[in-house]
Parts: sequence; structure tokens; C-alpha cells
Amino acid sequence: MKKAISEFFKMVLIFLAGRFKKFTMRFKKTKTMKDYMMVYYSQAKSARLTGRKVAWITSGGPVEPLIAMDIIPIYPENHGAMIGASKMGGYLCGLAENMGYSADLCSYARSDISCATVNGGPIGGLPRPDMLVCCNNICGTVLKWYEIQARYFNVPLFILDTPFCHTEYTEEMGRYVRAQFDEYFVFLEKACGKKFDFEKLNHVGHLSHQGQLLWQAVLDTAMHKPSPMSAFDAFYHLALIVTLRGTQDVLDYYTWLLSYMKDRIARGIGAVPNEKYRLLWDNIPIWHRTRWLSEKFASHNACLVADTYTTAWCGALRYIDENNFIDSAAEAHARIYLNIGIDQMAKMVIEMIDKYDVDGFVLHSNRSCKPYSFGQLDIQKIVERERGIPCLMLEADMTDERTFSESQISTRIDAYMEIIKERKNKK
Amino acid sequence: MITAGIDIGSITAKAAIVDDGKILGTKVIFTGYNAEAAGKNVYEEVLKENALDKASVKKIVSTGYGRNSVKFADKSFTEIMCHAAGAYHLDKKVRSIIDIGGQDSKAIILDGDGKVKNFVMNDKCAAGTGRFLEVMARALEVDLDEFGEISLKSKKPSKISSLCTVFAESEVISLISKGEKRQDIIAGIHESIAARVASMAARLGLTEPLMITGGVARNIGVVSALEKKLGMKIEVSPYAQVNGALGAAFLAATL
Repeated sequence: MKKAISEFFKMVLIFLAGRFKKFTMRFKKTKTMKDYMMVYYSQAKSARLTGRKVAWITSGGPVEPLIAMDIIPIYPENHGAMIGASKMGGYLCGLAENMGYSADLCSYARSDISCATVNGGPIGGLPRPDMLVCCNNICGTVLKWYEIQARYFNVPLFILDTPFCHTEYTEEMGRYVRAQFDEYFVFLEKACGKKFDFEKLNHVGHLSHQGQLLWQAVLDTAMHKPSPMSAFDAFYHLALIVTLRGTQDVLDYYTWLLSYMKDRIARGIGAVPNEKYRLLWDNIPIWHRTRWLSEKFASHNACLVADTYTTAWCGALRYIDENNFIDSAAEAHARIYLNIGIDQMAKMVIEMIDKYDVDGFVLHSNRSCKPYSFGQLDIQKIVERERGIPCLMLEADMTDERTFSESQISTRIDAYMEIIKERKNKK
Repeated sequence: MITAGIDIGSITAKAAIVDDGKILGTKVIFTGYNAEAAGKNVYEEVLKENALDKASVKKIVSTGYGRNSVKFADKSFTEIMCHAAGAYHLDKKVRSIIDIGGQDSKAIILDGDGKVKNFVMNDKCAAGTGRFLEVMARALEVDLDEFGEISLKSKKPSKISSLCTVFAESEVISLISKGEKRQDIIAGIHESIAARVASMAARLGLTEPLMITGGVARNIGVVSALEKKLGMKIEVSPYAQVNGALGAAFLAATL
């Protein structure tokens, strides 16, 4: 009883802090990522007070129907990134291992599963979900991970199954995924006890599309030399397109960010002073080492100008029909970067190599993320064959800092940069 | 012009002095716990043995894991670059290098000019390194220098299947208690290292002529196991252990 009262007061405090933040934001000319994220998480953590529902959803899942139903989406993967960046991943993964989960499992899954039991991590755990939405376009682990959480929280789970698009996307696949969207709407109607608002979904879909276009435009500024932003900046600014896709906030923030980057271009300011070498990054960031890596590459006058990871949140733009969001969403969700064959992935990588005019390709072989890391060696070989640029493979993990060995990675990067410098000087 | 190269590895510190491509002298000492002191000591000793003073050395390059702790060096390069420079100087035809040191192993491919074309390093793990051999030598109570010769006597190498140094050590201990012959166990250990290094090198695609460098090159057992695994002849230079330091000294001349 005592615990319940203190929990209630904590929630009231979080609610008030969020309201206060939202109020003060009105008077701020430039609203920061921190502002948005604080309001977002405080709203989610006090959802019970305001009567709103909370849904946990996978990063590649269709969030727009949730926004249309006024449900607050929460991303355990975004939380995993925060856990990694706060260097709490090792501890939480270890805790999951104590619970019996294998150390070979994804570190997002491990830290989320254990965090739920102790309300640990940088923000004291995620708000309790009312439902879970899992889309397997990013990996197979999410199925079991979400099933575990559905049992733990005793809440309904919706699974959207997207067939793997090895070489092509067929009509049958389209119908199969599209039919599940109808089931998804029914699921949400049942969970919320109200009719699905299709008109609002069209509006949200429109905002989502606009948001993705803006995000792509922000990333495109890195084509400029020197690049006004690095992939490390993209890793940071990514949070909004992931968590608040389909809202006006995203448009406001990225409109500002785009003008900020354009201003840097106009003034000739680069993310890395003396940018001499431009590199492309592959896979999820090593969250616990972003600063170290950023400084390491910068010390060689190298800028990671682009990456395959943050591009994923606008990579399926070509399939979205702004005026027919629901029908095109099926294809856009099935054909994301992690759900296509190696040849197609390599093709996208090569497009990025040309677009951003990079001198090298750095691949993070991520122990956690099997679908992202499996096949990297083939992609590397294709890139070496097609573009002849040096590639570097770094073995690490996105969240579990126990897998990182600094001196070995340091030597690899130094040696790699020696090759890049020599190649470029030869030209 | 006289130049020096200093290679601070995880187990040993190496120094080399060269004069316009001619090797004047080399020295190997244990690194110990103080890499900075090891760099200073090995440099002073190699100068003393060759009756040289500091003023006569025009440029110094440091390399190896402790490369940044050699404060008196003019520049530092990674051991990948230095092993390439060293091997190319010793044999201009060399196109691939396998370097097995105390802390890691690497495979390097060179282009026609002796420049590094590509490289791979072992996963962050001691298996497939000199440290692995040290641990095994301790478990078997054999001097590491005798490892190579002993293993050549084996007719039936034992199977060491574990990928982890610590588990492999307990595997070795259980082989000892089973009464397996010492030479067979040692040969098995060499095969296990060779398998690790070969699969890493296969990712890169080696081309002949292939040279082995690093301290482990002194172990004839590892070299012959590797030759078998790779199906390639391996060139062993008498300077294998100091090859990184030599390369650093040659690179110093280009500064």
C-alpha cells in the first residue's frame, strides 16, 4: 500500500514536470531534443493519470495507427540505446543472464527483459505497457522477446509478420501484409474500446511521410564537403523520427535542424575540423563508445558522414504513397533494409558510397544484431570489388560494453586510417 | 642515415637500428608492467650493444600496443604498417604476412609496392596468440622455446576443440591426466592455433609468397601446422620477432 502511494506521487511529479517543460517550451525559440524527449517520456510515464494507453512497439513497426488512436508508443530499442549510452548495458545484460537468458541473445532484448523486473536503467525503467506491437521486419528475436514481455506484463500482443524479401516483393506478399493491417486496426479498437479513426490515420500518415522526407533532407546535408554533420550527430538526432514519427513535433524539430545544417554549410563549418577523409558506417552504433569513436576518427581528420542505420528511418520512402498511406505501408514495412537480400543491401550501400562520396566503409560486426551482421562479409567483398575502397570490420556490441576491447579496436582503426591516407595521397 | 624502430608488444619490447636499409643491430627484452620504461631500456641497450650514441640516430618510429608510451619517438605507426615495411624490406616479393604476436594475430596483404592492401586481426580473444602458447607451456611444464621441436616428434596430435584459452587449458590438463603424450598434446595445441589463424586469414584471401612474422614464428611447430592448414609454403625470416621494429626503423628513414 505504502509502495503504491509513493508510486502514485512519483507519477504525479513526473506528470507535473512534463507539463511544466511543455509550458516553458512555448517560449523557447529553439526546442532541443532533450526538451522533446523529456516531455515524451514524462507523458508516457504518467499515462495512467491522464487515461492514455501505452504501447510498446518494435523500431520497424507501424507506429502511425497508434498515434492515430492517441496511444503513446514506447520503443524498448530506443531505451536499449539509452541504456547503452549510459553504460548500464553490461550490468543489465548480466542481470538477464542471471535470470537464465543466454549471453548470445541480443543485448537490447536482454537489457529490456531484466530492466522491466528492476525498473533500472537511466530513466528508472519504461512505463508499463497496455499492449505490445511486434513487427518482425527487423529480426526474429523480437517475436520471443515480445512474447516474454506480454506474459510478464499480462497484456495483449499484436504480431505483424512481414515475409523476407530476398529478391523481390510480390503481390501475394503485399496482400498478406495488408490483410494484417486490418487485423491491427481491430486489435487497437479492442484495446482502446473505441472505433478506429481512419481519417486521423491519413493525417498521421501524411505527417509521418513529411517527417521522413525531412529526416532524409537532414541526412543529405552530409553530401556537402566538409559535412556539417557526422553519423554520430545522426545517431543523436535520430531519436525523434523513431519515437514521434507521425507527429507535428518531428516536423518542427527537423525543420529547425535542417536550417541549422544548411547554415553550417553556408558558413563552411564541418562536423570534423579539417575533414580530409569521409567514411560510411554500417550497423547499429556502439552506443557505449560513440564519443570515443567519434574522437578517434576525428583525430585522423576522418568524418563518418553517413550510415546505413539512421537511413533506415527514411530508406523505405520510395514505397510510400502519401495519399494512400495504409496500402503503401504494407510494402514500406516489408521492404526495409534488414528485410531484404544481401545483393540488395549491397546495392543500397554502394548507392550511399557514391552519394556521399566516401573514401572507406566501416562495418560494425554487432554481436547482438544477427540480421544486420550476418552477410556483412559478403557486402564488404561486394563493395571492395565494385568500388575498390578499403573496408574495416570492427567487432563489438551495441549495448553490452563487456564485449569491447579498446586497444585492439584502436589499433585496427589506426591501421585502417594509415591505409586510407596512403590510398588518398596516391590519387 | 641511422634510424631506429621500437616495437612495444604485450610480452616483449623490441628495438632495431638501421643505416640506409642495412640492419645494424636488434634487441629484445621483456616488456614487464611499465611499457614506457621498457621502450627506454630496449633503446638504450641496442645503442650500447652497437656502440652508438643517441645523437647519431636521426629519426625514431614507435609501434606495437605500447607505441604511444614511447615519448621520444618522432612518430608512431601501427604494427600492421611496420610489419609490412619490415617484411617487404627483407623480401620484396612477399605479398602476404601472418603476424602472430603475444596479444593478437594478424593477416596482412601487400600490393606490389609493399604497401598494405588489406588486413584482418583476430577477435578479441587470446586463442591463436603467443599468450595462448605461454599458458599452455605453463600447464605442460615445458619451456616455450622447446615447444616447436617437441611437437615435431608427434605422430598423432591430440584434439583441442575449445575456442577459449581458459577452457583449452583445462582441456589440456584433462589430456595430461588421460596420459596422452606430451608431444601429441603440444602438436594439438599448435594445430589449434593454426586452425584459428588460418580461418582468419582465409577471410582475407592470402597470396604467395607468404611470410610469418612475430615472436611465434620462432616456433617451428606452429609454422609447419600452418603450412599444412593453408596448403602454402611459409617463409620464416631470422628477423621474424623483431620484424615490426625493423619496419619501424625503415619507416623512420622516410619521415
